[in-house]
Amino acid sequence: MEKKIYLDNAATTRTRPEVLEAMLPYFSDKYGNPSSVYEFASQNRKALDEARLTIANSIGAESAEIYFTGSGTEADNWALIATAEAYSSKGNHIITSKIEHHAVLHTCEYLKKRGYEITYIDVDENGIVKLDQLEKAIRPTTILISIMFANNEIGTIQPIREIGEIAKRHKILFHTDAVQAYCQVDINVDELGIDMLSASAHKLHGPKAIGFLYIKKGIKIRSFIHGGAQERGRRAGTENVPYAVGFGKAVEIAMATMKERTRKETELRDYLIKRVLAEVPYTRLNGHRTRRLPNNANFSFQFIEGESLLIMLDMNNICASSGSACTSGSLDPSHVLLAIGLPHEIAHGSLRLTLSEENTYEEIDYTVEKIKEIVDKLRKMSPLYEDFLANTIR
Amino acid sequence: MYTKKVMDHFANPRNMGEIENPSGVGTVGNAKCGDIMRMYLNIDDNGVIQDVKFKTFGCGAAVATSSIATELIKGKTVQDALKVTNKAVVDALDGLPPVKVHCSLLAEEAIHAALWDYAEKKGIVIEGLEKPKSDIHEEEKEPTY
Repeated sequence: MEKKIYLDNAATTRTRPEVLEAMLPYFSDKYGNPSSVYEFASQNRKALDEARLTIANSIGAESAEIYFTGSGTEADNWALIATAEAYSSKGNHIITSKIEHHAVLHTCEYLKKRGYEITYIDVDENGIVKLDQLEKAIRPTTILISIMFANNEIGTIQPIREIGEIAKRHKILFHTDAVQAYCQVDINVDELGIDMLSASAHKLHGPKAIGFLYIKKGIKIRSFIHGGAQERGRRAGTENVPYAVGFGKAVEIAMATMKERTRKETELRDYLIKRVLAEVPYTRLNGHRTRRLPNNANFSFQFIEGESLLIMLDMNNICASSGSACTSGSLDPSHVLLAIGLPHEIAHGSLRLTLSEENTYEEIDYTVEKIKEIVDKLRKMSPLYEDFLANTIR
Repeated sequence: MYTKKVMDHFANPRNMGEIENPSGVGTVGNAKCGDIMRMYLNIDDNGVIQDVKFKTFGCGAAVATSSIATELIKGKTVQDALKVTNKAVVDALDGLPPVKVHCSLLAEEAIHAALWDYAEKKGIVIEGLEKPKSDIHEEEKEPTY
């Protein structure tokens, strides 16, 4: 296939043409600063307000509760660090999970070095956070629970409502990193008991380098960037109007198409999973079979290593990702795959394929055929497979 | 990320496979760290490596270093094969990304492990050859690069 097949939509997505079109005037003609008083700049204020309202409506929040940030990672950093500081008189204990994104895990490590105590909750073999362990971990000094809405590698969706109830019962703030789940599953922050939520535009066909943090009204966490009065004084700096407009447009489309889009993605995902599991021997699906993001499939192929697989898929114009050590820049494979209990050698042979509504059955058929060829080729090269066959025959 | 040479050896590995009843075979690395290399040697009575095959579980660089290592030692005497260092492997590939240099060490160790097995089977001592570590990641030496 000459055409590129893009199956890495959890990494980033193609910016929609409508989104780009909506953004462009704000780079050229409409360059005014939203803080200025004259009429010329007020259209920018209006555009910013509209984008904020669209986003607020998408999660059942109010405009005043949405704060634009430079990324989902920034939103995670803000939620954790500012909460830790604001509530330090109440306590110094934070609960999170072993499968969080590094934006949360590395921020927790940073806080740990500064005297905070962190508890990392285990997940079961499907990647679902152990709720009994979470509730038992709560201490009088616990100030925050931060659990991701859905995992970026294996797609497992967490029992957010139950976690929200636990947090509420113990009067502890609940933050969720919803970067992967936002606009992929229904989110109503009040119904789910969410106090803070991080999201990002480029996972839903919006521009890169813009995200938001939802902060429930009444939560007193400090300003993240000091300066002017932008973002209610909590995140100073002239607003990135074109990106905010693009974010708003992407959310508007994603919300309008959510039901039909995720239904289509789920069908395609299930077709992909069914074919791979049926046609490639010694393969497992990572993550929960049904409680997973509509667009996520994550496999482990025994006896082979993920980076080799990715390069060979790339030679066939297929873009994918892996949790192998070689792609993480360390000797250890993905912390998520280890947390669900995979042995190292199985974790090394993982492949993540994440779809968008733009993918077709034809692309999936081609990809499955290529996976079969490549896995077979790599297994013929693998001393682990040779040993396995020798032991089986005996 | 990889040089053309690395990509070529990865896509078209030379001497991949097994040798039945080899003069020597050695396996190094471990699955925990994500790379295992196995090297098979056929050595004639004059101590010349007549045939060499490899199998590797690992990343693109691991496959490419195994492949080029087989080319570097094929037709050489045991003594000359011993002189093939990880640096020679890296140079022959026109370089490796820094995080992948350890793969070239694995190739050097795989040659040594296969030669050690050959020496043990023959009941000879190969001058300058040390007993290979069972797991090179246990005390990974600093690459000579």
